[in-house]
Amino acid sequence: MARKITTQSKIGWTILAWVVALVIFFPILYAFITSLKTEPEAIDGFSLIPSGTFENYIAVQTQRDYFKPFMNSVVLSIGSTILALIFAIPAAWAMAFAPGRRTKDILMWMLSTKMMPAVAVLLPIYILFRNFGLLDTRIGLTIMLTLINLPIVVWMLYTYFREIPGEILEAARMDGASLWKEIVYVLTPMAVPGIASTLLLNIILAWNEAFWTIQLSTTNAAPLTAFIASFSSPQGLFWAKLSAASTMAIAPILILGWFSQKQLVRGLTFGAVK
Amino acid sequence: MGSITLKNVSKVFGDAKVIPSIDLEINDGEFVVFVGPSGCGKSTLLRLIAGLEDVSGGSILIDGKDVTGNAPAERGLAMVFQSYALYPHMSVRNNIAFPLKMAKMDKAAIDKKVTDAAKVLNLTDYLERRPGQLSGGQRQRVAIGRAIVREPSAFLFDEPLSNLDASLRGTMRLEISELHQQLKTTMVYVTHDQVEAMTMADKIVVLNRGNIEQVGSPLDLYNNPRNLFVAGFIGSPRMNLIEGTYAQSKGAKTAGIRPEHIAISRDNGLWTGTVTVAEHLGSDTFLHINSEVGTINVRTSGELGFHHGDKVFLTPDETKLHRFDDKDLRIGG
Amino acid sequence: MATQNTKTLARLMMAPSIIALFVWMVVPLSMTLYYSFQNYNLLTPQTVSFGGFFNYQYFYTDPAFFQAIWNTLVLVLGVLAITVIGGIAIALLLDQPIFGQGIVRILVISPFFVMPPVAALIWKNMIMHPSYGVLADLARFFGMQPIDWFSQYPLFSVIVIVAWQWLPFATLILLTALQSLDGEQKEAAEMDGANFFNRFIHLTLPHLSRAITVVILIQTIFLLGIYAEILVTTNGGPGYASTNLTFLIYRTARLGYDVGGGAAGGIIAVVLANFVAFFLMRAVGKNLDR
Repeated sequence: MARKITTQSKIGWTILAWVVALVIFFPILYAFITSLKTEPEAIDGFSLIPSGTFENYIAVQTQRDYFKPFMNSVVLSIGSTILALIFAIPAAWAMAFAPGRRTKDILMWMLSTKMMPAVAVLLPIYILFRNFGLLDTRIGLTIMLTLINLPIVVWMLYTYFREIPGEILEAARMDGASLWKEIVYVLTPMAVPGIASTLLLNIILAWNEAFWTIQLSTTNAAPLTAFIASFSSPQGLFWAKLSAASTMAIAPILILGWFSQKQLVRGLTFGAVK
Repeated sequence: MGSITLKNVSKVFGDAKVIPSIDLEINDGEFVVFVGPSGCGKSTLLRLIAGLEDVSGGSILIDGKDVTGNAPAERGLAMVFQSYALYPHMSVRNNIAFPLKMAKMDKAAIDKKVTDAAKVLNLTDYLERRPGQLSGGQRQRVAIGRAIVREPSAFLFDEPLSNLDASLRGTMRLEISELHQQLKTTMVYVTHDQVEAMTMADKIVVLNRGNIEQVGSPLDLYNNPRNLFVAGFIGSPRMNLIEGTYAQSKGAKTAGIRPEHIAISRDNGLWTGTVTVAEHLGSDTFLHINSEVGTINVRTSGELGFHHGDKVFLTPDETKLHRFDDKDLRIGG
Repeated sequence: MATQNTKTLARLMMAPSIIALFVWMVVPLSMTLYYSFQNYNLLTPQTVSFGGFFNYQYFYTDPAFFQAIWNTLVLVLGVLAITVIGGIAIALLLDQPIFGQGIVRILVISPFFVMPPVAALIWKNMIMHPSYGVLADLARFFGMQPIDWFSQYPLFSVIVIVAWQWLPFATLILLTALQSLDGEQKEAAEMDGANFFNRFIHLTLPHLSRAITVVILIQTIFLLGIYAEILVTTNGGPGYASTNLTFLIYRTARLGYDVGGGAAGGIIAVVLANFVAFFLMRAVGKNLDR
């Protein structure tokens, strides 16, 4: 801008921005601080300085076996992401490099399946899962997570693949590469950043999914979403321990999220915003 | 070895008939240039030969063998793309080696070929670099290297010099021509620049809207353009095209005379006019003259000193006159 | 670009995804449609009988149904209002020159990555709790009676939690769009004599209109299905005060074991979603085509 950016105005904006940012971040921060307090401390009025004890983190594991739902979250997120990629990479390739007249329509249709209210198919899915013995299984939940995120994964890969110059793939074809070799030696290496970004975003979406993971699990396959949700009633973990469980549940995704801002915009706005 | 024949080749994209029907013979060892304005179908034709697009009709033969249904890899051709299309994640060495690797050649043989090609193209010092670290001219040489090692029956070039700056273009033009002399392999070269066409080709194919306007050697096309389109396309600056009473007096609808075939004088001549713009290149001067038969371009020697506003007389050399009938076709030999 | 070789292969490569999604959509949805016409309760699975439109009638006459629809509307509009207006404001703020831009951004986008159950519990226990929450402490500090948010203002509390989670999304999108505004355009406007307010109304806001449209569209789709936040805080109560359509159907189906009823509710939800999507796309379609 042509106006002078005075240090004064910069400091003014900075203060305002930091205040807003800290207010927004406060709940997360406070949960973390509380996780380092003892239980009596936690309910003893407002305090920003914890006693710094890690007893809650240990208790969550010993009293409630935190490790199990944590591992379930990990398996489900990574598993559904890999499964989605297996389906999506070929599909996105086909749409990006061999588009037909219907390609755009098919893509739009795929995205529209994500707009279907989950609750509308809750019962059939529940009954189907029950009849096929998929309730409360990692496999069952992985399949669900794959299906609901597949449209977004296909979409994101499609946009990344389209950015690869078509001529390079033609050059590979002229150089004698079969389709398979073209994908393995040329497309995939060039698409790795895009695939990584998609992977990142999908892990985040799968980890945080809080409908199907709660509906279709009870004890064995319950991931962190269901685990934490089970503490909604007063009996259960108390606040300090709950804070510890919460902090551990959100920490990995929070950190991943900090690095995937661009991917978020790309993946969830369907290209309408650059 | 490297002869290519196109028989009744056509190409349709959706509803658009981009190439109605083309018959063409390319002889082994020839340097053939496809030239024409944007959208004339020259790149499409090249891609049909390469196998990157399927023909809608007709057949393509390489060395007498019908390859119309063959995949690009099976045709034994190599292509240099406009944007070079180098593999950005591979080193120069691996870029050049890639086609050999696809052909399952053994490692020792591959290494030797790559080293030889690098030597020929002055790339030995850059073998371990990535394309992103190379200049435009170097990238182009890598693209050529990748094509050479395949020892193809023919090379296909798709406007390879368009992305280079002007000075580099001149050098690379020479290098490609020299390469042709050295390898003696058929080369099919697409460009929109008629200067490249004229300087590099054994045979030029002028295309317009999917049709061949004329096929011939550069001087053939220059001296005996078959129709108005070719006459106006080949030669820079453009041939002067004159209609009206003068053309009719010569028994044609349009008469054409090249800028360098018009004599200019301050005293007398067939036509009179005023100089509107004078372009001084030093060696030549190109004058744009508003005359009674329209705007005429004249090329004169740089030393004659004509300027804007000068009144001049023009006399065309009638032995170098081209005449075209009402179907825009050439009259006479 | 494609030759016949690649075209058939391309179809094969798309097939698994298309088939998977098709089955995923069609099979359960048709089952839902079928069930909606049945009297089917999971507690008495043997007495399944054709119920005609009974289930739909049941929903239509259930007062909770209209409450749920209304709540859904309020929930969606409330969150949209907060996130869009707040998002624009924060985006404008972050677009200014500030020290530590990177960290500020990270702090602001964090709520989006917190899973809904955790977000809900943090707000319920640590912030809004009438005895031990931060807001209660604040109220007592000013000598006022702490508010029991989830009892007195249940829907509003849920709106706050959901808005907190989605504000970063809106902010990020709007900030991205804001930063794509050509600097030269702003300078030209300045030279034409436009002050900040004018520039905002005539230059910035129109430029953002597309992004705002996208934010509203995408968020609406997700906001119709808010579930975990309600489950973990109010369970839809008190009564049905904070029950949205999704939660109502959940209750009917899972807690009431009423397959028929739940299915009918599900169909209604699909109709509603399509309804909203249609009008949204229409009102917004021209914006996106630009």
